[in-house]
Amino acid sequence: MKVLRQKKVIALAIAAVLAMSALAGCGDEKKEAGAEKGKVYRVGVLQLVQHGALDDSNKGFVDGLAARGYKDGANIQIDQQNAQGDQSNLKTISQRFVNNKVDLIFAIATPAAQIVANETKTIPIVGAAIVDYKTARLVQSNEKPGGNVTGTTNHNPPQRQIDLALKLVPKAKTVGALYTSSELNAQLQVKAMKEYAAEKGLTVIEATVTNVNDIQQAAQSLLGKVDFIYCPTDNTIASAMANVAKITVPAKIPVFVGDETMVKRGGTAGISVNFYKLGFQAGEMTADILSGKSKPADMPIGSQEEVRVIINQEAAKAIGLSIPEELMKEAQ
Amino acid sequence: MGDLMVSTVAQGLLWSVMAVGLYLTFRTLHIADLSVEGSFPLGGAIAAVLLMENHSPAAAIFAAGAAGMLAGAVTGLLHTKLKIPALLAGILTMIALYSVNLRIMGKANLSLLNIDTVYTSLTFLNLSPNMITFLVGLIIAILIPVLLYCFFGTEIGMALRATGNNPQMIRAMGVNTDAMLLLGLIISNGLVAVAGAFIAQDNGFADVGMGVGTIVIGLASVIIGEVLFGSRSVKNPLISVVLGSIAYRIVIAAVLYLGMPPNDLKLFTAILVAIALSMPLFKDKWDSRKVG
Repeated sequence: MKVLRQKKVIALAIAAVLAMSALAGCGDEKKEAGAEKGKVYRVGVLQLVQHGALDDSNKGFVDGLAARGYKDGANIQIDQQNAQGDQSNLKTISQRFVNNKVDLIFAIATPAAQIVANETKTIPIVGAAIVDYKTARLVQSNEKPGGNVTGTTNHNPPQRQIDLALKLVPKAKTVGALYTSSELNAQLQVKAMKEYAAEKGLTVIEATVTNVNDIQQAAQSLLGKVDFIYCPTDNTIASAMANVAKITVPAKIPVFVGDETMVKRGGTAGISVNFYKLGFQAGEMTADILSGKSKPADMPIGSQEEVRVIINQEAAKAIGLSIPEELMKEAQ
Repeated sequence: MGDLMVSTVAQGLLWSVMAVGLYLTFRTLHIADLSVEGSFPLGGAIAAVLLMENHSPAAAIFAAGAAGMLAGAVTGLLHTKLKIPALLAGILTMIALYSVNLRIMGKANLSLLNIDTVYTSLTFLNLSPNMITFLVGLIIAILIPVLLYCFFGTEIGMALRATGNNPQMIRAMGVNTDAMLLLGLIISNGLVAVAGAFIAQDNGFADVGMGVGTIVIGLASVIIGEVLFGSRSVKNPLISVVLGSIAYRIVIAAVLYLGMPPNDLKLFTAILVAIALSMPLFKDKWDSRKVG
């Protein structure tokens, strides 16, 4: 009897799973029928995790497409997916896109792009929130990708932040680098920063964190040792910028950052890239690919041309920084 | 649809190696070993570094397994020699491995795109990439449980199983239970690292963050397998774990397919595992009501 009942449970479970897949199958067919009628392009969006900068890229992408006449729900269907930081979900989602034969995949953040690039060599892939496409082996070169991957980079040369810092803190001798050790993008920026700092005769002290809970201590460890702190565009630090400010502002240590939102949340100043604009640009590139105007192989990795100096007046005042006239004019 | 099924099952097969490793500690030794969240990316890291230096995929996978065993030994020694509770010992190893993995890779993410892997070495079979993954998954999902089953049949294997079931009795019989715990953790983490090596090659990169959530995936696979496919005898649970891993992937794929809001996904996973964990209780109640 017991065995029989167990078998029933198994049968029910299998039936449930099959029913779910069948339901999913129906949805799929409908979508395809629509595609044939009105030439509706289907774009899959794969985002690594819910996060300010990545959300901005995503929003910019959708708006960029709309600006070129590809309106979601009308002549284009955008399938939004988010792996919620679980890298095994990235695989499942990217397989789904490839199996559904979407027309293009928009990948936000490096692991997302790598996983889809490994899954398909034919479907065009546009990326965003990726610092170095070449190091991630997504393209042959950033000028001429050569494959099915292109996109925009949020690479923000650290030289800019250091130059700005030296204008505001001319007597600086030591710089602290505060970043997340698990973020490739942050690592690459800090590496470039160290090279440039050496050129300028600055000593670099690094403090790395693994998650938001380490930030307070890491920032604390730099106090008294450094003249200013540099933060790259780093997801973890960005999300806890207020926490950093709580320590650095009373200690009168300016923090120079590469992302606008980080200045708003307590950073002192920065020369910023804008993730929304970079997403927008990626949306425009996507429109060019969908309309057949260009191929990913020939499209250089886009970067933000005009960057802005942003100064957090309140923080600067609290730290006691005097801001030169010319910078004031340039800044926002 | 068929292709999606193949790739989903293939994922389940690859992940089943990790789940089998977890089964060994969780069900056989009754330890929830958190060091797997570090040994999984450790396997991926070692494999990626070796593959980038043009070593063969086989060498990369064996080296990954050996490194995982070393990690398991650390947890085992912390637990048995220094008497640190198993849960804590696992957490300590997991934290330590984060730094070790960063050292091994030199950075947070190593790309394996356009590098020869175990999967590209099979392209001569002229199959689709999904079929190759499926094939590789099938081979390891059969081979590893069979090897483990054979091991369970040996004297040491039996002592290992008995250590989890009744430590007092087995100690009275002159078996060193600490040595058995150590051995179990070594084998388990070795398997988890091997899984990490296979999955990193399949994903196309090794990332220091790839271990996040693996313990949940592994436990969910073990428990779903037990609930759906039973756990009697020695051979049956191993088969159940593999099937459970596939079932877990199918559920996740179906949920993503149906367009669940991504923010709810983790909650859903937790509910799924909680339901699976409480199933035996409900089944007992159901059974006793029928009899009464």
